[in-house]
Amino acid sequence: MNINLTLFAQMVTFAVFIWFCWKHIWPPIVEAMAERQKSIADGLAAAERAAKDLELAQDRATDQMREAKVEAQQHIDEARDRAKQMVEAAKDDARLEGERLLEAARSEIDQEVNRAKEALRVQVAELAINGAEKVLGSSIDRAKHSALLDTLAAEL
Amino acid sequence: MVAQELTSGEYIKHHLTNLTYGKMPDGSWALAHSAEEAKEMGFWAINVDSMGWSIGLGIIFCWLFGKAAKGVTAGIPGGLQNLVEMVVEFIDDTVSSTFNHRNSLIAPMALTIFVWVFMMNLMDLVPVDLIPYISQLLGVHFMKVVPSTDPNITMGMALTIFVLILFYSINCKGLGGFFAELAFHPFPKPLFLFNLFLESVTLIAKPISLGLRLFGNMYAGEMIFILLAIMYGGIVTGLVGGVLQWGWAMFHLLIVTLQAFIFAVLTVVYMAQAHDVEEEH
Repeated sequence: MNINLTLFAQMVTFAVFIWFCWKHIWPPIVEAMAERQKSIADGLAAAERAAKDLELAQDRATDQMREAKVEAQQHIDEARDRAKQMVEAAKDDARLEGERLLEAARSEIDQEVNRAKEALRVQVAELAINGAEKVLGSSIDRAKHSALLDTLAAEL
Repeated sequence: MVAQELTSGEYIKHHLTNLTYGKMPDGSWALAHSAEEAKEMGFWAINVDSMGWSIGLGIIFCWLFGKAAKGVTAGIPGGLQNLVEMVVEFIDDTVSSTFNHRNSLIAPMALTIFVWVFMMNLMDLVPVDLIPYISQLLGVHFMKVVPSTDPNITMGMALTIFVLILFYSINCKGLGGFFAELAFHPFPKPLFLFNLFLESVTLIAKPISLGLRLFGNMYAGEMIFILLAIMYGGIVTGLVGGVLQWGWAMFHLLIVTLQAFIFAVLTVVYMAQAHDVEEEH
């Protein structure tokens, strides 16, 4: 409990320890802590930025999807219109073709009928002459009566 | 108990005597054999146990923190680095909230004080008889293991801080400015003698209160441990003594930490005052 030389010895010891801590302990630790703090802050900032980027990308993706949908709908509508038009056109074509065919058939039938009439007429003239020959018992001069026969045949 | 034949008074006195190495009356240097002999040595003596323990603990502090500082990484810290960083950050926060000037010495000094004083105080929690008993077996008669119960140690630290207070006061304010601070405050200039007296007392009270506060707290705590240790006689008193020792140790753990913290914080406050360049009065 006496004040003695220990007092000064302790003063010096204390100073030495403070100096050691000042020079060799404090700076590296504080530096490392600051560095870590900075890297954590950077990391957090980067994460925030990435989240924002993601949000933007999502927005863009949604927009693009909506645009694509609209475009697709347009395409579908166009296609449907075209199909309708094509069907209409095909219908018209078919109707015209049908009518043409019908017309052709009809004219052919008419021709056939005429031809048949013609043949019939000839035959009828023959028949009539034959019949008349039989009735009169003599032949009829074809040349004499041809005019008469022709008018007869034309009446048929 | 160290020795059964000791009376309580002798036991206490034995515990409070430092292992002193100094100048004997005949002029030679030797270890003192009794408290009286140590007293007779006067100023030219050194408390070997106090110095040994304080230097030893200081070296442990430097080794432990130095090791952490050497292997320090900004990545994921390991166990030791975690502990060290926790203490460093705590001190850094405390210092930056009290000390607003630029001085790279203050924070490391506060760290040194806090950890070192804490470790010196913590020696109080080693059972009072353990180390003295072991050293007695080794042939050393006196062994005070808690350096902060030695006023030489606490006052020595306080004086180093006092020197720093004077240094930074003069460094920051100039000799004239420092004198002006002492002389022209708090009363007007004509009363400067009175001011000087008042402010000098305030100034000198700083290191004295700083050193004696720590010493007083630790000395009282140590004394209670010693008094409780006297109860180790019979089974019943021994048991009661043991329980009380344990209780006091728990409570003392608070005091140990608190006193280390107070010493560090007051140092920072005094340093801040030394750096403060006050406006004209």
